[in-house]
Amino acid sequence: MPAVRFEQVSKIYRGSRGPFKALDEVGFEIGPGEFFGLLGPNGAGKTTLISVLAGLVRASSGRVSVLGHDVVSDYAAARRSLGIVPQELVFDPFFSVRETLRIQSGYFGVRNNDAWIDELLAELGLSDKANANMRQLSGGMKRRVLVAQALVHRPPVIVLDEPTAGVDVELRQTLWQFVARLNKQGHTVLLTTHYLEEAEALCGRIAMLKAGRVVALDKTSALLSGMASTMLRFKTDQPLPAALAPLARVTGRIVQMKAHDAAEVEQLLAALREGSVQVEDLEIGRADLEDVFIDIMQAHPA
Amino acid sequence: MRGTFSLAGAGTLFHKEVLRFWKVSVQTVGAPVLTAVLYLMIFGHVLEGRVEVFPGVSYTSFLVPGLVMMSVLQNAFANSSSSLIQSKVTGNLVFLLVTPLSHWAWFAAYVGAAVVRGLAVGAGVFAVTMWFAPLHLAEPWWIVVFAVLGAGMLGTLGLVAGLWAEKFDQTAAFQNFVIMPMTFLSGVFYSVKSLPAVWQTLSHLNPFFYMIDGFRRGFFGASDTSPWVSLAVVALAFAAVAALALRLLAVGYKLRA
Repeated sequence: MPAVRFEQVSKIYRGSRGPFKALDEVGFEIGPGEFFGLLGPNGAGKTTLISVLAGLVRASSGRVSVLGHDVVSDYAAARRSLGIVPQELVFDPFFSVRETLRIQSGYFGVRNNDAWIDELLAELGLSDKANANMRQLSGGMKRRVLVAQALVHRPPVIVLDEPTAGVDVELRQTLWQFVARLNKQGHTVLLTTHYLEEAEALCGRIAMLKAGRVVALDKTSALLSGMASTMLRFKTDQPLPAALAPLARVTGRIVQMKAHDAAEVEQLLAALREGSVQVEDLEIGRADLEDVFIDIMQAHPA
Repeated sequence: MRGTFSLAGAGTLFHKEVLRFWKVSVQTVGAPVLTAVLYLMIFGHVLEGRVEVFPGVSYTSFLVPGLVMMSVLQNAFANSSSSLIQSKVTGNLVFLLVTPLSHWAWFAAYVGAAVVRGLAVGAGVFAVTMWFAPLHLAEPWWIVVFAVLGAGMLGTLGLVAGLWAEKFDQTAAFQNFVIMPMTFLSGVFYSVKSLPAVWQTLSHLNPFFYMIDGFRRGFFGASDTSPWVSLAVVALAFAAVAALALRLLAVGYKLRA
């Protein structure tokens, strides 16, 4: 039985400017124990899809189930199986960290859960903040509490909606080590992120969404090898020759160009020489997930 | 939809809702008690000796139960409506929306906590105002019945207002344009028998009138209407708003897009 199953899920919002299709027949499965990435540009429908899974949004059509439990008709069992870390940094200002976690645990019918709460606090580096009011915590600390809240009822399926947005390196490391360990213990993880290097490092399989549709769905390794490209990367302060400009991806001083083989690399370098472009820090490497992502997004215009 | 009522889950939400107001009890209990005492001192001072509603009952004595009940009702409403709208505006309602709690659990917890706040404030007002006027409890069971039912109904109305509202000023408007007029026109400060015939008739269409009249019966053993009629009206009105609130919760009205 899949951990999560999306079956032809569509969501249409009817606003004053006419209907907007946020999800368009999205269908895929996540197997038990998988570390699954859901990628896509802003507005692609990632959070809407997760919200349908969590029961925060109702699908216009289609079905979603968690460990076989339909999220609408059998919502109680589905929600017990899910731990959601929401994207927004929200908190209840009336309570301390420990009270927040005890309350969240109680909602799921789990009382006397302090041993696990202490473990979560220790794992997430929150032990010394247990009795602090939520208002006193920094943004990063609040984010850790959100993670603890999602895990407090020991859900088999964990959903992280951009958990590292605006988070410092230390917390990112702590968080990923912890989540990777949970995944090793058998928890299924569904992750959305804009940090593609995180997705490449962590996710065994990836689905890419664009304009509410699945535009790629494969093992991370297959997506990378499917690209089978070499990337030429360098820095320059000068404009590129007109012939090369459309082929290049420019980020500030950094220029990246795709080449399929050594001969093509040679041609690109020759064109740069002819254009008298001063090149620094030249490197030739394999395409990474970011290159795959951009390639796929460009191949599927909205 | 398959969802079972979890006593532990509903109990936790109830406990959280009680803690929420208790942690700021100066504002949620103390302030309304002070307001009620000010009403009593001013109206009592101005009208004492000029108005006699029931034979042998001073105006201040008559006013005390009305003020107690008004405080019960307004604070029960304020508790559920303000809690919901705060959670909606700040976004932390998501913590509740992702739980397996059924609509029955939400209802029981929010209304239960509203009743506790209403009764806490009512008891506070009574404890302070009883020193201003001699009162005896003629039929105390009516006091309990109408306080609990009234607080339950207003807690439920607060739940409906909190579900409907998207901004703080909308719950405030509900309080100022619906709850306040219905409370003030229910006979808190007077007996409806002292009103012109038209207003008497209109007052009898206001369920708040029956709550206050029934509640006052417990103190004086006298009322404008039979307490049994009041009980029937209040119970029916409560059942109607409860059915509405449960329906809104079950369909996730303005909760689940």
